[in-house]
Amino acid sequence: MVYLDHNATSPVLPQVLEGMLPFFAEQAGNPSSVHRSGRGARQGVDEGRRRLAALLAVHESQIVFTSGGTEANNLALMGCAARRRFQGHVVISAVEHASLLKLCERLNRCGMAVTQVGVDDQGRLSPEAVQAVLRQDTVLVSILHANNETGVIQPLEEIAQLCHHHSPAIPVHTDAVQSVGKVPICFGRLGVDMLSLSAHKFGGPKGVGALVVEHALGLEPLLLGGGQERGRRAGTENVPSIVGCGLAAQWAQETLAEEGRRLRHLQQTLEGRIQTAIPDSVILGQQAETRLANTSAILVPGIHGETVVMNLDLEGIAVSSGSACSSGRSQPSHVPVAMGVSAELATSMVRVSLGWNSTAVDVDRFVVSFVSVIKRLRQLSAPATQA
Amino acid sequence: MKHPVYMDYQGTTPMDPRVLEAMLPWFVEKFGNPASRSHAYGWEAEQAVEEAREQVARILGADSREIVFTSGATESDNLAIQGAARFYRREASGADKGRHHLITPVTEHKAVLDTCRHLEAEGFTVTYLPVQKNGLVELEALEAAITDETLLVSIMAANNEIGVVQPLMEIGRLCRKKKVLFHCDAAQGVGKIPLDVEAMQIDLLSLSGHKIYGPKGVGALYVRRRPRVRLKPLFHGGGHERGMRSGTLPTPLLVGLGKACALAMEEMEEENRRVLGLREQLVQGILSQLTHVEVNGDLQHRLPGNVNISFGYVEGESLMMAIKEVAVSSGSACTSASLEPSYVLRALGVSEAQAHTSIRFGLGRFTTQEEVNFVVQTVVQAVNRLREMSPLWEMAQDGVDINSIQWDAH
Amino acid sequence: MAYNERVLDHYENPRNVGSLDKNDPQVGTGMVGAPACGDVMKLQIRVDDQGVISEAKFKTFGCGSAIASSSLVTEWLKGKSLDEALLIKNQQVAEELALPPVKIHCSVLAEDAIKTAVADYRQKQKSMG
Repeated sequence: MVYLDHNATSPVLPQVLEGMLPFFAEQAGNPSSVHRSGRGARQGVDEGRRRLAALLAVHESQIVFTSGGTEANNLALMGCAARRRFQGHVVISAVEHASLLKLCERLNRCGMAVTQVGVDDQGRLSPEAVQAVLRQDTVLVSILHANNETGVIQPLEEIAQLCHHHSPAIPVHTDAVQSVGKVPICFGRLGVDMLSLSAHKFGGPKGVGALVVEHALGLEPLLLGGGQERGRRAGTENVPSIVGCGLAAQWAQETLAEEGRRLRHLQQTLEGRIQTAIPDSVILGQQAETRLANTSAILVPGIHGETVVMNLDLEGIAVSSGSACSSGRSQPSHVPVAMGVSAELATSMVRVSLGWNSTAVDVDRFVVSFVSVIKRLRQLSAPATQA
Repeated sequence: MKHPVYMDYQGTTPMDPRVLEAMLPWFVEKFGNPASRSHAYGWEAEQAVEEAREQVARILGADSREIVFTSGATESDNLAIQGAARFYRREASGADKGRHHLITPVTEHKAVLDTCRHLEAEGFTVTYLPVQKNGLVELEALEAAITDETLLVSIMAANNEIGVVQPLMEIGRLCRKKKVLFHCDAAQGVGKIPLDVEAMQIDLLSLSGHKIYGPKGVGALYVRRRPRVRLKPLFHGGGHERGMRSGTLPTPLLVGLGKACALAMEEMEEENRRVLGLREQLVQGILSQLTHVEVNGDLQHRLPGNVNISFGYVEGESLMMAIKEVAVSSGSACTSASLEPSYVLRALGVSEAQAHTSIRFGLGRFTTQEEVNFVVQTVVQAVNRLREMSPLWEMAQDGVDINSIQWDAH
Repeated sequence: MAYNERVLDHYENPRNVGSLDKNDPQVGTGMVGAPACGDVMKLQIRVDDQGVISEAKFKTFGCGSAIASSSLVTEWLKGKSLDEALLIKNQQVAEELALPPVKIHCSVLAEDAIKTAVADYRQKQKSMG
């Protein structure tokens, strides 16, 4: 089997699982307990926090562990909005992850105004366009870092700067679920106030994520009772998963540059060969200055993406036609549509996302199968168009 | 015998090796996202998740469609209480419209109490119900507290500090009769006492993986379908769990939770008998060798694996230090870093002074007779040594009544 | 929380546990704290004819830090005059035992116990004329 759907989830790195195992067994205490077994668990949590903090160059106290990226996004947006009693204006981009769009629909129903800022044909957001929609009553800006479908990375530094220039009191949040562990991130330099991440997107386990928070920022907690995570997130710490998150972060920090180069090379091979074999294919965001090295969203005119994905699955190749959370639906993704792609062309999208265990052989197998599937599908539909 | 001897099974339980074994394939090899619909990795993960859901449903006598996976009992409690409160206040129509009153006993877990307190700030009113000296809820008092405005009663199955088991059947019947929702925090009860959401007429039930030999970071909320209970979600987004709880499902943790439920269901009866025998051995061993020792909370209606004992004239934290070869807790693990005596014991009418002298012993699946003997011996020795150092013990021996003295509170 | 080594040492090998005859005119007794607060400290000193503390004993109901604080001050008290004894401050105790913030009150209690014991001794001497 060839798995090229890492933006949906990645297998846990074997050495990460190895490091987690003691915390399922002999170190299985409750970190809130004062006895020895509790202290062992507490040390695991502290160590995990330290490692994640190092990856993002933040202080350990800035990390709030959650059950994953969705909870982190909710804590950021709902936590901020609740502080403002669900009043005011929220700015997001048109290419946020579907789950964050849903969350903003919720804010909207609670009475908040939400503005979506559009992107250009390469999926890029212009900082000035964000600045232009800021209002007197803007209370939150949330812009995703790297898009899950195209991999296009937004110029967050400039955006955060302009927002803070408009008013230093506006918290800027970023959903960095797809970029953490894949590109170097210095939280301070990025200039945002909150950042969401999820461990299973960079070789850690599912069921754990974090919200990184600027020191001074106040948030209304979503989960109450027990006072863990400095009162920002109650519940017994998910010790083994936090340990795993830390180890995955450490691995990412150590291999980031090298992995980036390796994946970029694979990506160039993959996209080059596809575009040569299928000249009318389009790679979304290919002209953007910054794009993840692991993600390629391929459009092929006249083809239905779902059909391609199903055919590839039969050949033992796992890719996706959109984000996992909404796969199975047949409407086109909002991301290519926001980039000005026609609805019809958008439904042809196939997303290929590489990860830590992807090899040149995987890429080769994908390219060969993809090209032959496209040819086959085109032959099937060709007589109809000629007739 | 492993050291330290673990007797803190209400704090958390070690994972059953069979649970870990069931989980292991789902990290590295079978790692798919259960929401991925386009390939086999996703399908096999989804299948595993649905099997786990069946296993969880079975131990509660529920339908698998009534199980919502969460990150643990704290989230389940928050989702149940905040979710129901906000839904039935704002969006319900007809007879349910605008109800804003909640009832919960003062001995509930912080996850319930803090959530209720938070809701008070949103305009809800909460009755914090006192309990009897044995820790049990008085049904007449509960009935009297229910008004036309009451939308939800939240009562735990078994208490985390003193292990007392509430009369769920009667509470359920009363709540149904009065047409209020019954939420039960069963984090400590699942797998230890028989639970049946139909027979007990429970509408919402929270459970946790790591209290039943499963993994941390996972739990579930049972949400009744008939008559349907509606909730406002806490996490919005991908629309997982039928919209009630968004977020990628952590397959290995869910597989572990399911396996833990299956094992608990299979082995509960036999295990309860064994653990109860060990507890009796522990209590008898201590009571027969020490005077001025008192068991807190009802001993009949109680989890087999819990006993909470006050050792007169010996401060609990120093006792924990003296028996550091035994992992126990004084008060709840979540609050034991503070200096406040346990609010649960205080609610039973235990004096502050006595609350400071109490230790919770939690026994469970891996507790052995040898360990119990060791604990009895260690505790008796330590208590005797600390009493020799205790000015209060000295005064008691001299016939001075400690309570007659005017202490200056500092 | 993990205890500091010095606390553990005093806790496991407490110095000068015991009682002196509280009716002895040479003995000063200080009993501070309250059972409801989780700590009661009894500190006793014997003062020789030169006004020097020749013996100090304690009994404590309380956490490890409370026991260690009282044990430590009984060591410090021996050989000191009453005025010197009153110079012992809770900060010194806290520092010596590296007490965490939540345990500072244990050292305060130890200082209070010294003051009360010295006052008790002086009161006895005064009433004897």
